[in-house]
Amino acid sequence: MKSLAQLEQLKKEMREVLKIRDGVASGPWNYHVMVCGGAGCISSNCRDIVTALKAELAAKGLEKEVKVVLTGCMGPCDMGPVMIVYPEGTFYRRVKPKDAATIVEEHLANGTPVRRLLYRAPGSTEPIPKYSDIDFFKKQHKVVLRNMLYIDPLLIEDYISRDGYGALGKALTQMKPEEVIATVKAAGLRGRGGAGFPSGMKWEFTAKATGSPKYVVCNADEGDPGAFMDRSVLEGDPHSIIEGMTICGYAIGAERGYVYIRAEYPLAIERLEAAIARAREFGFLGQDIFGTGFNFDIEIRIGAGAFVCGEETALLTSIEGRRGEPRPRPPFPANAGLFGKPTVINNVETWANIAPIILNGSEWFASIGTEKSKGTKVFALAGRVNNTGLVEVPMGTTVREIVFDIGGGIPRKKAFKAVQTGGPSGGCIPAEHLDVPVDYDSLGQLGAIMGSGGMIVMDEDTCMVDIAKFFLDFVVDESCGKCSPCRIGTKRALETLERIANGNGKEGDIELLLELCSTIKQTALCGLGQTAPNPVLSTIRYFRHEYEDHIKEHKCQASVCEFKAAEE
Amino acid sequence: MAMITLTIDKQKVAVKEGTTILEAAKQLGINIPTLCYLKEINVIGACRICMVEVQGARTFVAACVAPVAEGMVVRTNTAAVVKARKLVLELILSDHPMECLTCVRNQNCELQRLAEAFGLTEIRFQGATTDYPVDDSSPAIVRDPRKCVLCRRCVSVCAEVQTVRAITAQERGFKTLIAPAFNQGLSEVACVNCGQCALVCPTGAIHEKDDIDKVWAALADPKKHVVVQTAPAVRVTVGEALGMAPGSIVTGKMVAGLRHLGFDKVFDTDFTADLTILEEGNELLQRVNGGGTLPMITSCSPGWIKFIEHFYPDLLPHLSTCKSPQQMFGALAKTYYAQKAGVDPADVFCVSIMPCTAKKFECERPEMNSSGYQDVDVVLTSRELARMFKRVGINLAALPVEEYDAPLGISTGAGEIFGATGGVMEAALRTVYEVVTGKTLDNLDFEMVRGLDGVKEATVPVGDLNVKVAVANGLGNARKLMDAIKAGTADYHFIEIMCCPGGCIGGGGSPIPTNTEIRNKRIAATYVEDKNMPLRKSHENPAVQALYAEFLEKPLGHKSHELLHTKYTPRGQYPEQ
Repeated sequence: MKSLAQLEQLKKEMREVLKIRDGVASGPWNYHVMVCGGAGCISSNCRDIVTALKAELAAKGLEKEVKVVLTGCMGPCDMGPVMIVYPEGTFYRRVKPKDAATIVEEHLANGTPVRRLLYRAPGSTEPIPKYSDIDFFKKQHKVVLRNMLYIDPLLIEDYISRDGYGALGKALTQMKPEEVIATVKAAGLRGRGGAGFPSGMKWEFTAKATGSPKYVVCNADEGDPGAFMDRSVLEGDPHSIIEGMTICGYAIGAERGYVYIRAEYPLAIERLEAAIARAREFGFLGQDIFGTGFNFDIEIRIGAGAFVCGEETALLTSIEGRRGEPRPRPPFPANAGLFGKPTVINNVETWANIAPIILNGSEWFASIGTEKSKGTKVFALAGRVNNTGLVEVPMGTTVREIVFDIGGGIPRKKAFKAVQTGGPSGGCIPAEHLDVPVDYDSLGQLGAIMGSGGMIVMDEDTCMVDIAKFFLDFVVDESCGKCSPCRIGTKRALETLERIANGNGKEGDIELLLELCSTIKQTALCGLGQTAPNPVLSTIRYFRHEYEDHIKEHKCQASVCEFKAAEE
Repeated sequence: MAMITLTIDKQKVAVKEGTTILEAAKQLGINIPTLCYLKEINVIGACRICMVEVQGARTFVAACVAPVAEGMVVRTNTAAVVKARKLVLELILSDHPMECLTCVRNQNCELQRLAEAFGLTEIRFQGATTDYPVDDSSPAIVRDPRKCVLCRRCVSVCAEVQTVRAITAQERGFKTLIAPAFNQGLSEVACVNCGQCALVCPTGAIHEKDDIDKVWAALADPKKHVVVQTAPAVRVTVGEALGMAPGSIVTGKMVAGLRHLGFDKVFDTDFTADLTILEEGNELLQRVNGGGTLPMITSCSPGWIKFIEHFYPDLLPHLSTCKSPQQMFGALAKTYYAQKAGVDPADVFCVSIMPCTAKKFECERPEMNSSGYQDVDVVLTSRELARMFKRVGINLAALPVEEYDAPLGISTGAGEIFGATGGVMEAALRTVYEVVTGKTLDNLDFEMVRGLDGVKEATVPVGDLNVKVAVANGLGNARKLMDAIKAGTADYHFIEIMCCPGGCIGGGGSPIPTNTEIRNKRIAATYVEDKNMPLRKSHENPAVQALYAEFLEKPLGHKSHELLHTKYTPRGQYPEQ
């Protein structure tokens, strides 16, 4: 790709070919059948559906009129395997390979949607045929997940048809590096990995730092239990990450980027590798990009499964080929990052926001969200909620809207108890705070955190002591062992919780836990340790009576904990 | 470099940019407590004992790693931060065996001192404890992971100073363990037994193998004729382990103390140090004149020998074939001396007092039996000798000054300076110069090879030849020279390498603590000893001259080759499959 004009031409051509996905029937195609290829749907054999559909279409001689595409994650995982049929946008759920014949026969050959596969709202029998009419989709605002329902992640042309690489072209040919940074700063984008540091400032510090070469790093070591936002973006729209990183490379004066992906994400690795190869072929990576003399390339580094490697300094240490352990900050990566050189490290979701910001401008981005938290946030909605899956909402959306409107509420008429945000580093939000707007500061005030986007819904059958124990058990296992408060302190806190949960809690245990946990927060070396006590502190804050019941009455309201005879 | 002004405990202080809060506080006389920190070696912020409050910071800050910033306001002694430190220490102690009274580091333990200083009287946390088995596979070093506080000083000194990387963190979280890869035994990996790990360990988690009982047993055995040799460095260090100031010279008192312990003869490794100079000096001349492998490298330091065997086996021909002075001594004690004293060599029990843990490995090398017996039976470190003195109530300070026994106790200042980095080189130059030129050296002090610089170089005119020499101390510095030899850029004739920083006075068997300041004091004491000796050139040692006349005949002669020279074992870096 040697010029923006060349890209524009290609985009125009592709847009014409693919406008059926915008609801405009066109060209040779009667239908595009988009089958969700997110990891959840793949686990429930969506690939067999693709095969079955293609076989049925071939049998009917329709393969030239109906195109079948495997996309990234569409979001409603609980309903999977799901698919959308364009141009009209018919949404099918819980599709099985044996449904392929009916879908081809009734819908793709004869134009009548298959009624029994259509969505019905909880408690309703009336089907809602179009995805855009379903609350789960209707109430979302997709910036990061903008392409998920529309593209084949393996086709760079599909990405280009939806403005792909346009932002890179614009940045390289029409903007100075400092203008790119100014735009990201003005947009108010904050890091989506959890801490929420302003991304533009990070870029600016790195651009101004002395030292060369500089590096751009993507943190794709997503590890919170139940979180799969980053994996979905990498699997469903890998080019958006490549584009974001390359724009940053231009802005800060770096020529090399690394994506650190955990080994447990083989599909993401495969698709990103394929995307990088295609981007090189198209000249979006490599030498003299867009004929501007700017060079940039990206390499993948695969993590070996340590949660702590999601902590930025541990991640950089791991890329350097050493044991992935955090190092003290300062120095911050902006000054001394990868191999001791100035480095911008952002997480996957942050990178996916960059291209739209450059393309649509900072004002557009800043118009979404709240005063201090701009844009949208992707959540992996899990636990006791009807529509588990991947959702994206503007910052400031309330927990109630996410859980009840988009999530469809709590199954089996159980009562909502709390949501846990931020995974093992986060905290819980109880029912009385259901109307809290989801933004960095409001969640922080409640003792929870935005985190990277895990959102676990709990109902009345959940024991909060047990929940605290679960998350602490996770961190005890994942602590790197470098600093004493995290290595020993979390272990001691877990042992105390275990005693409480099995009926051997003592008077004073809650106070000891509070003292221990606040000290760990204050003294641990890295973000993992500093946030590890949050689930304990937050459950004590809102559900102290449950702890007291366990200790004094040997009672677990939710009947989760099993009490043993007192240990003497 | 720019100066930074900050406030610590309401006092203003100006320090260089890049200074840590810890070091800045020191300038105000405020000693923030630390555990993992070891200046210039281990600055990683792991233990979290040195937490301080920094105004505006989200959490407490580890003073040992946090650089100062302009206008920073630090509080080191608020109730909150003192309480937090105490809790962190309580956590560390909750996973520490309370075996202080039976611990090798009792009363010389940094953890014990912290517990005392913090006034910890109760551990509120009971639970799991680290329970890895003791690794005593090595003849030199014992690891006891239960006592490990995971400060990683040993890891840093092994990796960064010595570039050996024998041990590192294994597993993670509460299961974290400092050990060789895959938790193999120390004897199974490329550990050089230098003992620098033991020297920096704040607790008793890694220490020398204690061989005292073997010596007590020999002393108690009426059939044994027990002789002892003391290394050059011991006389300027062992006093520290008995409460004396660093740099105290205790030579004559130590001799008296050894006699008091019951040794039949008290000899001196300085004697065989002088002998080494004659053998090694002649070997050098032979190589220079006969087209042998150059540069020739010294072979006194057993940690260094094992290092080159593991990491540069292809450079082994550069090593002098001379045994170390300890091993020359052992071979002579059970031949020349036994014969002279009319003792059956089978009854001679040869003990060495060394500043060194690697010597324990060296004496057990299979080739070290040229007398027909294991030449040196037991090696004790300086620390173990101090323990023996303490055990029988010897107050070294109150003892009279006594002389070593003849003939293996007679030595020169040249033998004595073997204990400091550059000393072997200086001793060799004193002799080589006079032997080659036939002239008397005016100035015996070769200042350019002295001191703690990692790599020192000099060119010394000796007759027609400008002898180019290099001296390295610490294996990281040795590695630099080896890489230069490999790259063909080391055009030296002679290289001295000492495994430990500072040379033997900084050896892994030395009193704890050993740091740069203390090393300098010990080095200064070494050169005082040299100056005090009536003879300061090895070739003038009358006992060595007599040894050649009566027994060896000549340097590099047949008997020398049998008793005083050795060969090396290429080992490679990884265990055999």
